Amino acid sequence: MTLPALLQVLASGLLMGLLYALIAVGLSLIFGLMDVVNFAHGEFLMTAMYVVFGLWLVTALDPVLLVPVTAAVLFAAGAFVYLAVIRFAMRAKANIGMVQIFATFGLAILIQGLAQFLFSPDYRSIPTSWLGNRTLAIGDVFLPLPQVFGGLISLLAFAGLYLLMNRTDLGKALEATREDQGAVALVGIDRNKVFALGWGLGSALVGLAGAVLAIFYYIHPQVGGPFALIAYVVVALGGFGSVFGALAAGLIVGLVEAFAATLLPPAMKSIAVYLLYLGVVFLRPRGLFGRL
Amino acid sequence: MSNRKKQLLILAAIAVIAGLLPELVTDVYLLNVVVLTLMFAALAQSWNILGGYCGQISLGHALYFGTGAYVTSIMFTTFGVSPWVGVFAGGIFSAALALALGYPCFRLKGHYFSIATIVIAEIGLLLVHNWDAVGGALGITWPIGQDSWWTLQFARDKAPYVYLALGLFIATWLSTYWIEDSRWGFWWRAIKDSPEAAESLGVEVFRSKMAAAALSAFFTAIGGGFYAAFVSYIDPESVMSFRFSLLFALPAVLGGIGTLWGPLVGALILIPFTEITRSYMGGFGNGLDLIIYGALIIVISLVKPEGILSLFRDRAKRGARS
Amino acid sequence: MSCDNILEIRNVTKRFGGLTANADVTIGVKRGEILGLIGPNGAGKSTLFSMIAGALPATSGSLSFAGIDITAKPGTLRCKLGIARTFQVPRSFDSMTVLENVMVGGFMRTPSSQAARRAAEEMLDFVGLGGRADIPAIELTPPEKRRLEMARALATGPKLILLDEVMAGLTPSEAKAGVELVRKVRDLGVTIIMVEHVMEIVMPLVDRAVVLHLGRVLADGKPAEVVRDDRVISAYLGERHRAT
Repeated sequence: MTLPALLQVLASGLLMGLLYALIAVGLSLIFGLMDVVNFAHGEFLMTAMYVVFGLWLVTALDPVLLVPVTAAVLFAAGAFVYLAVIRFAMRAKANIGMVQIFATFGLAILIQGLAQFLFSPDYRSIPTSWLGNRTLAIGDVFLPLPQVFGGLISLLAFAGLYLLMNRTDLGKALEATREDQGAVALVGIDRNKVFALGWGLGSALVGLAGAVLAIFYYIHPQVGGPFALIAYVVVALGGFGSVFGALAAGLIVGLVEAFAATLLPPAMKSIAVYLLYLGVVFLRPRGLFGRL
Repeated sequence: MSNRKKQLLILAAIAVIAGLLPELVTDVYLLNVVVLTLMFAALAQSWNILGGYCGQISLGHALYFGTGAYVTSIMFTTFGVSPWVGVFAGGIFSAALALALGYPCFRLKGHYFSIATIVIAEIGLLLVHNWDAVGGALGITWPIGQDSWWTLQFARDKAPYVYLALGLFIATWLSTYWIEDSRWGFWWRAIKDSPEAAESLGVEVFRSKMAAAALSAFFTAIGGGFYAAFVSYIDPESVMSFRFSLLFALPAVLGGIGTLWGPLVGALILIPFTEITRSYMGGFGNGLDLIIYGALIIVISLVKPEGILSLFRDRAKRGARS
Repeated sequence: MSCDNILEIRNVTKRFGGLTANADVTIGVKRGEILGLIGPNGAGKSTLFSMIAGALPATSGSLSFAGIDITAKPGTLRCKLGIARTFQVPRSFDSMTVLENVMVGGFMRTPSSQAARRAAEEMLDFVGLGGRADIPAIELTPPEKRRLEMARALATGPKLILLDEVMAGLTPSEAKAGVELVRKVRDLGVTIIMVEHVMEIVMPLVDRAVVLHLGRVLADGKPAEVVRDDRVISAYLGERHRAT
């Protein structure tokens, strides 16, 4: 492979990896906070894409401008899902692990059904955006602007998340609740509020990713599935509950996938990612940075 | 009469009722639903062995289902071997596969394990999809021939399939029944509740998990072989996709995980429901069937997390006390 | 050290990275005795306990049980050889009844569920839980759960049983019943090692006391002598000021 080609693959892999990391970090956050794996995560991504699409239909604004709004909508949706559904799943006396897996599965199916009902199964896309079909050229490497935008948003989100977790009261509350759920009640921290905010935050993050994806990806009710699977792999690879792990693993997965695509038939590039996951966890059963 | 003997009596009653259904029901579509319900009850029962009793949540059982389907199909279409032999070959092959995979996988815990099972099944799906020798994306079609019990092909008569599916369910049920009161059964449940305490009592945790996995895979694969004979056409997406992995687990969880009757109860509720809503509403592609299906799953998991079976148990307890 | 010893701990050391939890511990446990393992917080009692049970490997040193070197043997094998243990926080099998819990232990000795059931029923009667056999284990009171732990461990037919703080947090009458039970276990011929905090209950019960302090054996002898040992008193004096 020539050097420019190598750099091209590297760059595409990193950009996609940043996006994967952004999709995954919300999942990891929620898990780290309350030990719940959201099996409707892919559907949250899909919802974000439809939100952007819907807003674009109504306002005709450039989707780039709609990204923050979408994140806010997903924040509210996530908090709502916690309060309306998840909160009850956590009250189960038995099989708590099972209940939340299947309750969120039911949620995933429900959301898919809703999307189909409201928008039909047809593929949608947003054909006009300032980012459009433009590419950024650095030397011999060509980077599509939407993906660059996505990478930037991801980096900003991670930076913001870092600041939030380490410098704000909310971040400390999240951290404290993660460490010891029982004790925080004694200190006057309302567990439900913290969890709702946690879900909101996790959903907002995947909302950012969905909004960005909608700019250059087809939107349809089943779009969430493949991304969700990658998200679970990224989270598990990085270690459940580790924000940094999600970033590192996302980048690794993006790179592995990009390089695999040059060597294997396109359908098989996912196999490389899956084998990577298996290879890592067989050696490190808690992922790269997991702290369970 | 002891509780244990009562269970056998209930099984006999169910077997008789199910066996009579082909005489009483003539609608081909409904008989189809009966076959699928019994089949998924059997598959959920198999999944239950590893997931419900032993506590290892596999979300990749479609791998064994698909392996069974493919082994049976290949042995029949390429080598002319009767599916009766084929399903057992598929079962043994899948059991061996489960042992080989269990070796590294059972080192993993909780979600790491579950995700590993998903990923392994996906690898299987992708490999089969790109493997022309087994049909690749086009799959395998069973040749049309005369109705015969030897080839398990029946053009219009669904009754044999009902009996076969019933037989499969009875087999998995009886296995669970015997194991429940055996050393393996106790060891599995101990591992599920507290692996550490189990070890301190001399339980061989790793070997027990492997045994559960092999048995579960064996029956799941036989179900897959049966399914292949039933539908006469298989392709990677139709037997190895993730949604099948879910369909094996869901009835067990919603009916009552780790119980003898849970999988059947769950299948009785879920399968007819999904089939009927899909045919009445899904045809329009408007997603209503999915909305209802999803809502049903959410409601059951939240309201009765131990499964629907606990409804009957609570009522029985209350009855006993009054 | 003599052949009379069922368990021999020789120069056992356990290090966690830079932290030394146990240093050069040598103890011989006589067949049929009740040995108390005591010491202030952080003395290394639990770590030593875990190493005997097989839950933690020793960094160096050796352990032998009934003449067999068990230093490298895993917990399940040690159980087969005859070492049983209870857990400080009872780990009952919550999806099972009380009887079924004990049966898991019973299956250690026999593959037959009938025999395991009989053994379990005997053990439940022995610890005084006979009337609670068919109740879900999750519904037991905390002291009952402790007795379940003991019944379950005893069902494996051990020669040596390790009791982890079984007297902690009991009312005086519960503690009296607990002491009775421990004596009954010894009468069965089982050797007992108890890790304990509650001195007033344990000292009259044990035949011998080993005091650990900062990971090392501080004193080893009859309870009456050990409590008068100056080093033991000063090790605990610091504790007593802080204790309630």
